[in-house]
Amino acid sequence: MTSEALLTWARGPGFDLALAIFVLGMLLRLFEILSLGNKPDLAEGRGSGVVGGLKTIITRNWPRGTVFAREPVRIINGYVFHLGFFIVLFFYGPHIELFQTKLGLSWPGLPTGVIDAVAVITVASLVLALVMRLTSPVLKQISSVGDYVAWAATLLPVLTGYLAYNHMLVPYTQMLALHLLSVELLLIVAPFTKLTHMFSFVLSRWYQGYQAGHRGIES
Amino acid sequence: MKDDMTLGERLRQRGVSRRGFLKFCATTASMMALPPSMISAIADSLQKAKRPSVIWLSFQECTGCTESLTRSHAPTVESLIFDHISLDYHHTLQAASGDAAEHARDEAMKQNWGKYLLVVDGSIPVAENGAYSTIAGITNLAMLQEVAEGAAAIVAVGTCAAYGGLPHANPNPTGAKSVADLITDKPIINVPGCPPIPTVISGVLAHYLTFDTLPELDDLGRPKAFYGQNIHDRCYRRPFYERGEFAETFDDEGARKGWCLYKLGCKGPTTYNACATAKWNEGTSWPVEAGHGCIGCSEPNFWDAGGFYQALSVPTGDASNTILGAAAAGVAVGAAAAVLNKRNKAKAAAAHEKVTVNDLNKD
Amino acid sequence: MSAPSVEKGIQFIREQIDAPVASFFSSCVHCGLCAEACLFYGQTGEAKYTPINKVEPMRRIWEQEYTLWGKIKSSLGLSRKVTEKDFEEWETLVYDACSLCGRCSLICPVGNDISDMIRKIREGFAAAGYAPEGLIGASKRAVEIGSPMGVKLPAVKAQIAHLKKDTGLDAPLDLKGADYMVLLSSMEIMNFPEYLEAVARIMRQAGKTWTISSKAFEATNAGIQIGVSDIAAELVQRVVDAAEELGVNTVISPECGHAFTAIRWEGPNLIGRPFKFKVQHILEVLDDFRAEGLLKTEGLEEAKLTFHDPCQLVRKGGVVQQPRNLLNMVASNFVEMRDHGAMNWCCSAGGGVSANERADEVKFKAFNQKKSQLDELGVDTLVTACANCRIMLEEGIEEHEMDLPVVGLTEMIADHLVEERVEDKAEDKNE
Repeated sequence: MTSEALLTWARGPGFDLALAIFVLGMLLRLFEILSLGNKPDLAEGRGSGVVGGLKTIITRNWPRGTVFAREPVRIINGYVFHLGFFIVLFFYGPHIELFQTKLGLSWPGLPTGVIDAVAVITVASLVLALVMRLTSPVLKQISSVGDYVAWAATLLPVLTGYLAYNHMLVPYTQMLALHLLSVELLLIVAPFTKLTHMFSFVLSRWYQGYQAGHRGIES
Repeated sequence: MKDDMTLGERLRQRGVSRRGFLKFCATTASMMALPPSMISAIADSLQKAKRPSVIWLSFQECTGCTESLTRSHAPTVESLIFDHISLDYHHTLQAASGDAAEHARDEAMKQNWGKYLLVVDGSIPVAENGAYSTIAGITNLAMLQEVAEGAAAIVAVGTCAAYGGLPHANPNPTGAKSVADLITDKPIINVPGCPPIPTVISGVLAHYLTFDTLPELDDLGRPKAFYGQNIHDRCYRRPFYERGEFAETFDDEGARKGWCLYKLGCKGPTTYNACATAKWNEGTSWPVEAGHGCIGCSEPNFWDAGGFYQALSVPTGDASNTILGAAAAGVAVGAAAAVLNKRNKAKAAAAHEKVTVNDLNKD
Repeated sequence: MSAPSVEKGIQFIREQIDAPVASFFSSCVHCGLCAEACLFYGQTGEAKYTPINKVEPMRRIWEQEYTLWGKIKSSLGLSRKVTEKDFEEWETLVYDACSLCGRCSLICPVGNDISDMIRKIREGFAAAGYAPEGLIGASKRAVEIGSPMGVKLPAVKAQIAHLKKDTGLDAPLDLKGADYMVLLSSMEIMNFPEYLEAVARIMRQAGKTWTISSKAFEATNAGIQIGVSDIAAELVQRVVDAAEELGVNTVISPECGHAFTAIRWEGPNLIGRPFKFKVQHILEVLDDFRAEGLLKTEGLEEAKLTFHDPCQLVRKGGVVQQPRNLLNMVASNFVEMRDHGAMNWCCSAGGGVSANERADEVKFKAFNQKKSQLDELGVDTLVTACANCRIMLEEGIEEHEMDLPVVGLTEMIADHLVEERVEDKAEDKNE
């Protein structure tokens, strides 16, 4: 297949397929979680579970000082690649065009040079995350194949996007095709790895926060 | 018709000075990214060039390529070179017609067998045994095969001849194919574009006449000298792309300020051609400069590449329909999974055997 | 009634998995920060003590049985079923190296309540016969005798008699319609009788009626610690039946950690209905008295002191400010540990660890966390409000030959109570 044929496929049926699997997969996970039910708390509450749930969804975005002091690098690195990924995804002109065309939403973007730098930082941060996962005894204990699949699926779009924009490695058309294919790979594997956290974190924070709000305890 | 005047003699006859001729050679050399030392070699060869026989076959085409190449308001050296070649067969330009024209072709082929240059424009339909396009009762397919056999090389001019072009677009009812799809035993130079830039053609011919070989080609068979860079890299509006300044509509502030046309569907980044540097109409302008995004006309299947006005970063399918369909499927599969989960959990709960303090020791 | 088995254990775990648990496993990104919150990992450096790792068998059951993807992987032979070996290997992780302190739950960036998952996985382990010897024994005694330490009513009556003798105060048994029904932990009955005296004196000053149930005086709940809800429910039911029969207004959970969790939070859910009475921790009651002006104290402790926050009371019970309000009434030099309040560190003996002799070694290693907190502060007195914490703190302090007395907060408050009212003085004189 020529590069342009691959690109046309990736922009067309490839994307539709990946998007469909992503939507189907995530909905499936949602049903799988909710179907297991949650018994109501019969103990007398001190406060509002709803307030606790909503509050916790927000507050868990920040680390507690005592744990931050123990693993500042790991924690900061987590912010770096999450923020970097979001900045590259949401503030690069051509990406905004995608959202505008498909969702009717648009917002101002950042200069492409800034996006370029952020992409480099994000890739470096992901590489650091991998090194930490391979060298820390705790992380080695709890890591599985899924972690590495998710890592690769997250890294490739950023890396190929950077290479494409900078016309590196292979001709642009081919690199752009690879970039789109890597995005499609991410969409396809997401529902079957820990990347489900992109949605389920709302649930998990809510559940603990709700119980804490009801009980009037820290969360 | 042919005579034995060399190109140099012909140009002098037409009043082109030596200086003008050398300037043309220098321009040609630089356009093909050849070093200055080659200029005199080009000049020498061109000067002595005899009139090669060129047979031009027009198949399933719109004649736009011929129009582009031959439309000139003032004589240029390109057109003079064009005059220099012995164009023994060309539907639009030849004087003869009907049987006389076909006879001229046969003669030219016989006399120059193995040495003539075959130029093709238009795609070749193969459906219904090629019945969709015939000349003098001969299908394009048959004519191509016959003429190609004695050709020294083939130049596929225009995207139709190079890659199938417009007729090849979905659903390709005529079974249109490119020259390279059908001829595999002859050297082929693809000179795509819809139409190609005039100076590109003359540059390719000049190369062939000078060196008797094909120029260096990319993996789509195009001369790297003209198709080696993509539009995006040579586009004068690139700084706006870098700064993230895009025109959103054709008449908004950004458009008026000449901002990048990426969001209006410009295919510059994936298109390889010389438009951004050589431009059109002898350097007057080119699509982007005129305010319209590049449509990628020198690339295979550009008609089916998702629409001229949809940006490269936008998937071409109907995302909302896909999402709705997948959501419906997701709800169905999810509901089934939910039923299973509930059942399994209920089974576990029903099977719950109360644990008393006598049930704690495994011995 | 049925014999323990691995199959039964797995069945129990299946039953325990609910939507929150599923969301937790779906969200866990293996960041490993929970290990940084855990004192057992922190003080031993053993990666296997990473909190989320402690519930790995439950995660496997969840994935293989409650997710389509997991079922597909299983059918392709790509997943390992949970076997007896996993129960063997994980028993010490689930019981010995976890005090259910809940710090990991507070730390998790995606909001996973890991300690609650460990509480749940214990249901399966106990049902499979993989609970520690010490906890099995405690449970047996709690159910059959009425107390995990084997304390019976006569022992309680003896304490009540001592109380009468020392202070002239009554501790009425089975008083219908009392304001408060007081529960006691075996530890307090056996080791810290000053608690009962403190309560009696404070109640007298506050002018409240109170009682102890002869049928349900035990506050601790071995079922919670071993992780068997069936047993925990039976133990809670005793308290509920007694309190509702007596028609008391509020049941007071004493200075004990998990007892509060048992009666206040798990209780109604274990028996399947709300209580007809309120539940408060003794410190909540005392703080209410303070706020209502019913608690009059005098004098201040001069010593530099700090408060050890019992996990179940403060972090998981929400009784954070009350001990501080009370201490500020009677202490002039109260300093906080750097990690204090809801983020304080466990004494290392909660969640059944103290009843599990096998866990002694790891428990004392974990205690080094508390030691470093104390070393940093350099206090003269350590105050707390849980008898189990108190024992552990004393043991740990002794182990490290530190010179640091440990005092219960209720006792300390009572020590500073203003002189008895004139009528009571006269009453005493008349005896």
